[in-house]
Amino acid sequence: MINFDKVQKWFGSFDSSLLAYLFALPQLAVISIFFIYPTALSLRSSLFRSVPFRGLVEFIGIRNFIDLLTSSSYHQSLMVSAIFALSVTIIGVGVSLVLATLTDRIAKFAGFYRAALIWPYAISPTIAGVVWGFLFHPTYGVVSYYSPIRIDWLSNGWQALFLLVVAATWRQLGYNIAFYVAGLQSIPQSLEEAAVVDGANGWQRFWRITFPMLTPITFFLLTMNFIYASFRTFGMVHALTGGGPAGFTNILIYKVYTNGFIDLKLGYSAAQSVMLLVFVAGISWFQFRYTERRVAYR
Amino acid sequence: MVKLPNISQIPISRLIIHALLILAILVVSFPLIYTFIVSTQSLPQATRLPPNLVPGSSMIENYGKAWAQANLGRIMLNSGVMSLGVTIGKITVASFTAFSIVYFNPPGAGFIFFMTLLTLMMPIPVRLMPTYQVISSFGWVDTYFAITLPYFVSATGTFLLRQFFKTVPQDLVDAARVDGANPLRFFVQILLPLSRTNIAALFVILFIWTWNQYLWPLIITSSEAMRVIQLGIGFMIPKGGTGLPPWNTIMAAVVIAVLPPLLILLIMQKEFVKGLIEPEK
Repeated sequence: MINFDKVQKWFGSFDSSLLAYLFALPQLAVISIFFIYPTALSLRSSLFRSVPFRGLVEFIGIRNFIDLLTSSSYHQSLMVSAIFALSVTIIGVGVSLVLATLTDRIAKFAGFYRAALIWPYAISPTIAGVVWGFLFHPTYGVVSYYSPIRIDWLSNGWQALFLLVVAATWRQLGYNIAFYVAGLQSIPQSLEEAAVVDGANGWQRFWRITFPMLTPITFFLLTMNFIYASFRTFGMVHALTGGGPAGFTNILIYKVYTNGFIDLKLGYSAAQSVMLLVFVAGISWFQFRYTERRVAYR
Repeated sequence: MVKLPNISQIPISRLIIHALLILAILVVSFPLIYTFIVSTQSLPQATRLPPNLVPGSSMIENYGKAWAQANLGRIMLNSGVMSLGVTIGKITVASFTAFSIVYFNPPGAGFIFFMTLLTLMMPIPVRLMPTYQVISSFGWVDTYFAITLPYFVSATGTFLLRQFFKTVPQDLVDAARVDGANPLRFFVQILLPLSRTNIAALFVILFIWTWNQYLWPLIITSSEAMRVIQLGIGFMIPKGGTGLPPWNTIMAAVVIAVLPPLLILLIMQKEFVKGLIEPEK
């Protein structure tokens, strides 16, 4: 147990703003050393030509960015990432909204249904990939066995991308539903009662009250899902498809990793990091602007 | 009091809702139920066509094999150390910062908060190589420091706790002051216990998030002794190669890997959902 009186004496010798900085110090230190400084280094490296095992050798300005933006493999990576992230976001948030609302419309077993829908959230993107990879296994998979079309995601790029969308969306459903359930529980009872008194049916109640009241959570989830699909799905790509076949699952984070740590093109990989920074900044700005304008209440 | 759920007064639509939800649960749960079934089958059973849903009798054998072959004892220990370390570290550091911002409001508090929010724009891929270099310059590659310390900041945690601390009545602070409690005692004995719902929700989110990390441990650890569970599973999956991969053993390892976060989620589900909503005003 801490001896607070001793601590009191020790703290008594500080003035209160010094004490305040002392409390904020651990966080500021971690942010500076592991976030700001490395990001600044990324910015710097992106302006240098690099040679494997010799590091950054020559300042070349924005050459890495020109190379990147004119490279067809980067174009493909951009395209694939956009399709992947948008599909995961739209399908995931849409399905979750419907399911969470359904559990809100019944009294019996609602708690059980919620628990049973939330639990895949505990599973990692990597394991989601492995599990769905087995279900879609070209030879032994259940889905492949009963599927009317031949499943072969080891050589069919669209199927590989589809597999990743399914696994990533499935894994995130629990997270989305948890937030929607929390949001639904915070809608004032009186609003719903008023709607019932006015004779609104279930459908009208959803579009006139539930959906508008959930707008802030929907926007939050759209952003979070987009960021999740873009930045947290590395494991499923690495464990399952390795970016293939033919680059169809070579999403942006996977390309940063392979160009940096496998091909050892430091400058080129850093330029991609900087592009990712620009994307995240753009998403954050969009969320900030757009949520402020579209939020239905407050 | 108005009788509320009008839609569920109509038995048919209520039945439809139950049916839809049960269907959704079956679809959502099937992959994991199937994973568990495969983990109990022998390899010929697991790869037989048509696929069968009957649990086999090789459960103990498969789990034993998975545990031994993938060195799961050590790997699970590493993941446990990392997840608990990062979760506790993040919550401690974030609560210190929120405490400082809300209760001392020092000059530059806005800047501290801004820096914290800025980290949201810097996920690992944005600073992949340089963070490796920083860790390497400390001589921490392939150590527990490398897989815990760089994570010790949580913008979500700082934000959530700051919002909550703001709702704590001023009377409580004054009462503590009159009683002669110093800031630290107020923080540990009054503020933290009051925040337990939010901290519990944070614990669930952060533990699951850390347990499921893959990219950073892949880069910063090299020895098998430092491997975490997600990497262990990833490395069990055959890359291209020929021959029949031991799917039943892989699925046994998957079930073991999923258990800790799943138990935490199920045990703390109520706090998790309750603590997600930011307190009003």
